[in-house]
Amino acid sequence: MAITVRHLSKRFGSFQAVDDVSFEVPAGELVALLGPSGSGKSTILRIIAGLEDADTGEVELTGEDATNLPVQRRGVGFVFQHYALFRHMTIRQNIAFGLEVQKLRRPEIRRRVDELLDLVQLTGYASRYPSQLSGGQRQRVALARALAPAPKVLLLDEPFGALDSKVREELRTWLRKLHDEVHVTSLFVTHDQQEAFEVSDQLVVLNHGRVEQMGPPQWLYENPASPFVTEFLGAVNVLKLETVATIQPGHLGDPPLVLPGRSQSSLVYVRPHDLEITRSINGRPAWPSRIKKLTRLGGLVRLELVLDDGTNLLVQLTRESCLELALAEGESVFVTPKDMKVFHESASFVEDYAI
Amino acid sequence: MSASSTRFARATDASPRVKWLLIGAVWLWFAILILFPAIALARTAISGGLNSFWHAVSSPEAQRAFGLTLWVTFVATIANTLFGLGFSFVLVRQKFWGKTLADGIVDLPFAVSPIIAGLMLVLVYGPKGWIGKWIEAGGLRVVYSWPGLVLATTFVTVPFVVREVVPVLREFGLDQEEVARTLGAGRWKTFWRVTLPSIRWGLAYGVTLTVARSLGEFGALLVVSGNILGRTQTATLFIHDGIESFHPESAYAASVVLAGISIVLLIGMETLRKYVEAREHSVQE
Repeated sequence: MAITVRHLSKRFGSFQAVDDVSFEVPAGELVALLGPSGSGKSTILRIIAGLEDADTGEVELTGEDATNLPVQRRGVGFVFQHYALFRHMTIRQNIAFGLEVQKLRRPEIRRRVDELLDLVQLTGYASRYPSQLSGGQRQRVALARALAPAPKVLLLDEPFGALDSKVREELRTWLRKLHDEVHVTSLFVTHDQQEAFEVSDQLVVLNHGRVEQMGPPQWLYENPASPFVTEFLGAVNVLKLETVATIQPGHLGDPPLVLPGRSQSSLVYVRPHDLEITRSINGRPAWPSRIKKLTRLGGLVRLELVLDDGTNLLVQLTRESCLELALAEGESVFVTPKDMKVFHESASFVEDYAI
Repeated sequence: MSASSTRFARATDASPRVKWLLIGAVWLWFAILILFPAIALARTAISGGLNSFWHAVSSPEAQRAFGLTLWVTFVATIANTLFGLGFSFVLVRQKFWGKTLADGIVDLPFAVSPIIAGLMLVLVYGPKGWIGKWIEAGGLRVVYSWPGLVLATTFVTVPFVVREVVPVLREFGLDQEEVARTLGAGRWKTFWRVTLPSIRWGLAYGVTLTVARSLGEFGALLVVSGNILGRTQTATLFIHDGIESFHPESAYAASVVLAGISIVLLIGMETLRKYVEAREHSVQE
C-alpha cells in the first residue's frame, strides 16, 4: 500500500473535521476523496502531507510510519487549488526548487526540468514567470514542480477547482493520461462527482468527516450503501413507500412490486435514467402520470412527471426515444421503474429491486 | 466589438480639459508644498558660492554630526527591520489575546509627537528614571548619550516596516510556504528562498521610509540628546544650532545634504523596483 491511513481524527474547536477515518491507497492508483464541502477531505489530505497534525490516528507512506515525520521529510508532492507557484521565480526555477533543495548537480537539474517541461507540454515557457501563464498552464507547472523530486505519492487538493469548465475538462483528461504514463500513486480531493468518475480508479466518499463508502466509481454508483452515497453520486428520485404502492401491477408474468411489512420510514431511490416511459400500459407495473415539463439538453431530454398522488418524478431519456414517443408537455404517459433501491432507516440494509 | 468598447471607455473618461485641470492642480499643489521650498533652500545654501557651501558641510562639527546621524540611523534601521519583520509575522499569522490592541499600539509613534516620545524616554531611561537609574548604576549611559539617540529614533520609526510588510504578508498567504515544505525545504530555507523574496518590496519600502525618517528625526532627539557638541549632536540638531547661533549658512548647507540623501534614497528605491519588475515581467522566450 502506498498510503495507509488509520483511525484519523481531527477537531477544530468544536467542529469534528475528521472522524475516525481509515483507508488505503494501492500503489500506482489514482484515488479520489469525494465529498461535499466541510466533509473533511482537504483536512485528510493535509494530514497525509504533514501540513496538519491529526489529533489521533496514523499515516503510513509506502509501508513506513510517517505520523511523526515533518513535512519536508515525507516525500509527498502537493498541488494546491490555486497553484501556489513561486511568483518571483521563473517556471524553470519553480520546477527546479525541489531538486535544488535535494542538492542535485546543476546539469542533472537542468535535464530533469527539461524532461518535466516536456511531460507537461510547456517546453518553451521555461523562462517565463507564473503571471504570464494561463490558469491551466499554471496548474501544469504546479504538477511538474510536485513531480520533480520523484515523490512517493502525489496529493492534489481540488486541482481543477479554480479553472473554468472547458479548461477543467481538458486538464482532467490530460491528468488521467499523465497518470497512465507516470504511474505515481495519487490521491486527489474533489467535490465534483463527475470529475471523480472521469479521473479516478477508486473513490472514497466522505460525509461529515467519516468514510461513507469506498470502491471503484461505477461499482459505487451501482451499489451505494447509503442514501447519502446514492444522492451524492448523481441525480435520484426519492419516493415514499406509499407512493410506490400505488403502482399498477403488470399482467405479463412480471412479479408485482409488493413491499410487505416495511416500516413507514423506508425510502425508495430511483435514478432518472432507470425510469422507462411508455404510451400505454404494456404488461409491466407502471404509474400513470402527466408530463409537467420537458427540457431538451442536447442529446438527452429531461422530463418532470407528476404521479396521481402528486409526487414529482424526474426522468431522463435519450433524444431518440423522446422523438419516437412524440412526447409533449401536458400529456399522459406510463412510467415503469427498471431499478429501485430501498433504504431502511435504523438498519444499514439495502434492497435492490430490478423489474 | 472593439469599436464599441473603445467608445464605452472614452465615455467614462473625463474630458481632456478636466484631465489637464486635474494634472495641473496636482503639480501646483506639489510646487507650493515641496518644489518651491526645496528650490529656495538650495538657492540660499549655494548663494555664497559652492566653495563656502563645501566649507560649511566639511567642518569638523558638521562631519561629526553627520557621522552620528548615519550611525544612529544604521542601528535604528537594523533594529526596526528585525523587530518589524518579527512583529508582522506574529500579527498576521498568530491569534493571541490583545492582538487588536497590539495592532493599534504599533501606530502610536505616528500619533504622538516625537517631542513627547523623547520626554517619555527620559522619564524611564534618564539618570533618575525607573530603569535608567539601574542602568546608569551599571555604568551604561542611555539618555544624553548615543544609545538614547538610537532608542528615540527607533521608537519614532517603529510603524514603517510593520505597516508596509503586514499587508504584503497577508496577501502572500501560506500556500507557497507549504509547497516549499512539501518539496523538502526546511523552515529556514523556506523563509530565505520563498517568503523573503515575496515580501521584499514591502520590506524595502518600510526600510527606506525608516531610513529617511531616521535621518530627519529632530524632536525626540532634542529632548533625549542634551545636544552635547561633538558627542550627541546629530545632523538635525546641528542645523537647529546653526539657526539659533546666527551662522545659518552652515544650517542651510547641512539641510540640503540631509534632504538630498532622503530624496535620492526614495527615488532610487522606486527606480530599482521599476527596473527589476520590468525585467521580471518582460516575456523572454
